[in-house]
Amino acid sequence: MEFQFQFDWQAAFDAIPFLLKGLPYTLLISFGGLAIGFVLGIFFGLLSINKHWFLRWPATAYIEVFRGTPILVQVLFIFYGLPDLVGAPIDPLTAGIAAIALNSGAYISEVVRGGVQSIDKGQKEAGLSLGLSRTQTFWTIIWPQAFRRMIPPLGNQAIVSIKDTSLFSVIGVGELVRQGQVYIANTFTAFEVYFVVAILYLIITLSLSLILRLIERRGLTSV
Amino acid sequence: MSQIVKMQGMNKYFGKLHVLKDINLTVETGEVVVIIGASGSGKSTLIRCVNGLEGFESGKLEVDGHPLEPSRSNQKSLNEIRKEVGMVFQQFNLFPHLTVKKNIMLAPMKVKNESQVVANGTAERLLQRVGIADQANKYPSHLSGGQQQRVAIARALAMEPRLMLFDEPTSALDPEMIGEVLDVMRELAKEGMTMMVVTHEMGFAREVADRVIYIHEGQIVEEGKPEDVFDNPQNERTQSFLSRVLKH
Repeated sequence: MEFQFQFDWQAAFDAIPFLLKGLPYTLLISFGGLAIGFVLGIFFGLLSINKHWFLRWPATAYIEVFRGTPILVQVLFIFYGLPDLVGAPIDPLTAGIAAIALNSGAYISEVVRGGVQSIDKGQKEAGLSLGLSRTQTFWTIIWPQAFRRMIPPLGNQAIVSIKDTSLFSVIGVGELVRQGQVYIANTFTAFEVYFVVAILYLIITLSLSLILRLIERRGLTSV
Repeated sequence: MSQIVKMQGMNKYFGKLHVLKDINLTVETGEVVVIIGASGSGKSTLIRCVNGLEGFESGKLEVDGHPLEPSRSNQKSLNEIRKEVGMVFQQFNLFPHLTVKKNIMLAPMKVKNESQVVANGTAERLLQRVGIADQANKYPSHLSGGQQQRVAIARALAMEPRLMLFDEPTSALDPEMIGEVLDVMRELAKEGMTMMVVTHEMGFAREVADRVIYIHEGQIVEEGKPEDVFDNPQNERTQSFLSRVLKH
């Protein structure tokens, strides 16, 4: 018997409406998690370069733990492990957002640290010598310059985190991959469905890349 | 005349390196003091102590009546001093994300709570004074080195300082641009600004300084009127330094 695979375009198109139901979850977990991760990243990133060791140390511990363990383990721990500790179940969506937040927060901390440390120390000296306080010097002089340098690595992290949400199908969040799995269970059209799922991820990440490139270009011309 | 800077028995170390050794120095209001010396002699460190960019280990320092602790722990004093003392750096250190005018307006608005209108007026007047009024809305990277340094001077002047510190202000400039920066400094001196200038420009020192100080390995080894220091140096270290820098 000769084996011949035929890509079934009709099956692929038919799957789209069902798969698109997963899109809001993918976007919500990605961007909800990244928004919190950004706040965590600024907070812990700045703590990690504080001159006081007792502020630096906990920040470094957070960064190392969440950078050094797989995000799959983190989300399983939050979803299956934490409820034992808090005595209440955690819904998959919350667990997913929390995992992206904590994980991207650790990487963004490093982005923030690198961005701030890349600014020449003459900038700080100029601010201080003009009579600005340390806080004013940081937020009006150092941070705007550092943030501009942080945009490319932040975009990179956003793309990584968007793709990481695909792992959360394991805890039953109805995101893109989960929707695909459910659909395939009924139709057995794995090739077509995962192809469409991949395309949908690509549409999200390519749009983001495009937007970031426009922002970067604008940022560069004004410096 | 009153003494705006008083240093008594100041010592500073970078680790084991003794960079300032028992410095005693006073600067009178209205005086232009030029500090010369070889690279690494401690002359930059000396003026960086005046506005607390560097701490020191022992001795006394008082700037315009505000005592500065060796560890710079007296934050209040430090803030007052920095409001009254302007500084110009070798690398300009303009803020690259702000236009020329915004560079100058920042400190008056943030530190002295001046209104935008007042700060804007001051910035325009100062840019006129340093001869680059037409560059006000450009970003620093679009200016030549000499223009950038003149903006840096205007930025410091916007705080109406009682003392200006210049840390090798022309050392990073192309030769053809040194003159325009020195001209601005010359004008400032003429108008009575109190200045401490670290420089390798011996011609400027001779012409503008009220007093020249020669530092060698962290010590003041010679001090006096420019004509005395340049034409009749007493210390052999000064003699050998001057013979090296004045030969070409």
